[in-house]
Amino acid sequence: MNFEFSEDQNMLRDQASRFLAENCPPATVRRVLESDDDYDAELWGKVVEMGWTAAVIPEELGGLGLSYLELCVIAEELGRACAPVPFSSSVYLATEALLMAGSQAQKETWLPRLAAGEVIGTFALAEGPGETTAKSLATKAAGGKLSGTKVPVPDAGIANLAVVVAAHDGGDGAALYLVDMAQDGVSVSPVPTFDPTRGHGRLVLDGAAAEPLGKPGEGWALAQKLLDRAAVLFAWEQVGGAQAALEQAREYALGRYAFGRPIASYQAIKHKLATMYVKNTLARSNCYFGAWALNTNAAELPVAAATARVSATQAYYFASKENIQTHGGMGYTWEFDCQFFYRRAKLLSVAIGSERQWQNKLITAVEHSNAA
Amino acid sequence: MDFNDTPEEAKFREEARAWLKDNVPKASELEGLGYIEQAKLWQKRKYDAGWACITWPKEYGGRGASAIEQVIWNQEEAKHDDLPGGVFSIGQGMAAPTLMTWADDDAKARYLPKLASGEEIWCQLFSEPAGGSDLAALRTRAVKDGDEWVINGQKIWTSGAHYSDYGILVVRTDPTVPKHKGLTYFYLDMKSPGIEIKPIKQISGDANFNEVYFTDVRIPDSQRLGEVGQGWQVSLTTLMNERASIGAGGVNVGFDSVFKLAQKVNIGDRPAIEDDSVRARLADWYCQEAGLRYTSYRTLSALSRGDIPGPENSIGKLVGAPKTQDMASFAIDLLEQSGAIWDEELSAEAGLFQGTYMSIPGLRIAGGTDEIMANIIAERVLGLPQEPRMDKGIPFNEVPTGGSKG
Ligand SMILES: Cc1cc2nc3c(=O)[nH]c(=O)nc-3n(C[C@H](O)[C@H](O)[C@H](O)COP(=O)(O)OP(=O)(O)OC[C@H]3O[C@@H](n4cnc5c(N)ncnc54)[C@H](O)[C@@H]3O)c2cc1C
Repeated sequence: MNFEFSEDQNMLRDQASRFLAENCPPATVRRVLESDDDYDAELWGKVVEMGWTAAVIPEELGGLGLSYLELCVIAEELGRACAPVPFSSSVYLATEALLMAGSQAQKETWLPRLAAGEVIGTFALAEGPGETTAKSLATKAAGGKLSGTKVPVPDAGIANLAVVVAAHDGGDGAALYLVDMAQDGVSVSPVPTFDPTRGHGRLVLDGAAAEPLGKPGEGWALAQKLLDRAAVLFAWEQVGGAQAALEQAREYALGRYAFGRPIASYQAIKHKLATMYVKNTLARSNCYFGAWALNTNAAELPVAAATARVSATQAYYFASKENIQTHGGMGYTWEFDCQFFYRRAKLLSVAIGSERQWQNKLITAVEHSNAA
Repeated sequence: MDFNDTPEEAKFREEARAWLKDNVPKASELEGLGYIEQAKLWQKRKYDAGWACITWPKEYGGRGASAIEQVIWNQEEAKHDDLPGGVFSIGQGMAAPTLMTWADDDAKARYLPKLASGEEIWCQLFSEPAGGSDLAALRTRAVKDGDEWVINGQKIWTSGAHYSDYGILVVRTDPTVPKHKGLTYFYLDMKSPGIEIKPIKQISGDANFNEVYFTDVRIPDSQRLGEVGQGWQVSLTTLMNERASIGAGGVNVGFDSVFKLAQKVNIGDRPAIEDDSVRARLADWYCQEAGLRYTSYRTLSALSRGDIPGPENSIGKLVGAPKTQDMASFAIDLLEQSGAIWDEELSAEAGLFQGTYMSIPGLRIAGGTDEIMANIIAERVLGLPQEPRMDKGIPFNEVPTGGSKG
């Protein structure tokens, strides 16, 4: 047993943190927030140069062949910086889907280009308000062509490749499909969200050419497995953001005076920050276990992923809202950066299924592991 | 990062498991014995085979095992239900680390092996009517007389004083200096003349803690730990270990027991476990339990490097106790009206939920209240300032007190 990141992994963390401090300061996040851009293209280019998009792709497919532990380290730092880049869509979801289920030909076509940042990938599941389920899927495949509307789809406006969950062509159940976004049957329009630092769009498929990814009919189970794997990485981003929000609150509370003393000396504020610390610590520890389960593809992954995801979602939400509260009126201004965390926390909390869904999945996973 | 056993760890686990399988006391062996004798029987058996206090050095009765091995041992021992224990936790978990840090070699050789074997039980004489959260406000006096100290005053909430052989004690040796500077730390024989112990009944109906009165009790100066006036610093060693050991758990309601209950009882006409609101709350508790478990694993590496447990450990008790309270309350709700019944035969799980409901308020107070734990995290982990204090820098005998404390 060993519950620590290795020295090399800690070095990578330092390097990532320095890189982002330099290339993704709050001004970068704000620039995207205040523009119509879906992302910061310059930052994305540098992230690709760092090799982060190639991290877990095998070397023979143009990747670095690193482990998922390295990817977790990168995810945490990106989350901390609220980086306005399509990393989660392209890496945790599209790349991961190909690694899990792609045929050799599909891997050879897409993975080297995803690694090199020539292609941005995304994952399209949601179809409007409420939970999208295997039964509710209105996007359908017929004769190898996909039709339907997916909304919202993260990074739809900049993605070259989408992994689409749709009703299976000529059979029961769902399937995953690879859709090349550069074709006539695909149209995308922007969708506004409360976190404009991450672009979202409406994806309309009208007889779009699509290739099945993995076994048709088993698509829903595959999607769930993909979401379990992605959940660990999302959770690391969330923990990074929650930690940054705590640090921001702490710094402000130490410098702000009321009634002749720092507000950080008032117990209501101290206990609020202590609660942030507790929630962040538990979430982080659960993310350690999640990272291990992801990296080893352990049987515990469904439990570990849901545990990390639920606690990280709760920790980030709490830290981001109480960070604003700690700042008083300043926290509510456009000028202050507290809003970044508040927006991103909620965006991430619904990105791959709400807290409620993951609570439910966690208990289901416990039921299964007890039955086994 | 690897949550699997290394080959050596797997071998250790196998050894532990095999030994436990053959040596866990059978019901017939325990029959007729009081709880303390049962606990002593099991402790002595572990000690004789080298399975007691396994991280302690061998010369003091331990096994020289690593912190990770301790976790493995705890995991394996926990697989056996209803093992007697608990009465040693103050001695082994708090007095022993304090002795290891502050006592001389003779004292260590005299007391530690008997702590490990369970032959001698220790208690903690810290809290007083005027000094609980504000422990350093304690008033029990010690006055030097030749090679001895003479103690007068009163302690309160002393768990297990009535069956303990020794106690660790903090007293005031100088009331004319600010409160933290006038304290000194001793250990003493609980059979010393002048000690009077009176049980206090708890809301659970049990009486595990006591008032302890000192009238001209004499302690040799050789039983002092640390310098005269250094008692606060020595106490911190004890308190840090207290928080670590209390956080470690006990036999209480946990995720598994409430999860199983939710599978058994109904909400409406279907099993409670199928109800989304039940699932959501169970999931949150699962996350807290897992988070505490993995946090303690992470802390281990620091402990195995020989660090004393840091203030980060306050998290275990701060999260664990309220969680347990809420789970017991929730389980009683799941039982609906019959949840009110508290009886070994009539209640589900022999009254586990009701018993926990009635005893858990104590755990939120013992060893530092929730509020004090949050202060510790805020001040010592996050580095936030203390609140202004009325007693700072003032000689102890000039500090304002509540009317009742005259
Ligand atoms: C079951 C049990 C077993 C115990 N066993 C032992 C033992 O073996 N040995 C021993 O020495 N002691 C023991 N204790 C005593 C325990 O350590 C004290 O009860 C505890 O430290 C609280 O002190 P108090 O009871 O004087 O409450 P108080 O200190 O009077 O606290 C009352 C309330 O005020 C709050 N409060 C106090 N100060 C602050 C502050 N600065 N900020 C915010 N809130 C504050 C507290 O959180 C609490 O809610 C035991 C207690 C219990 C319940």
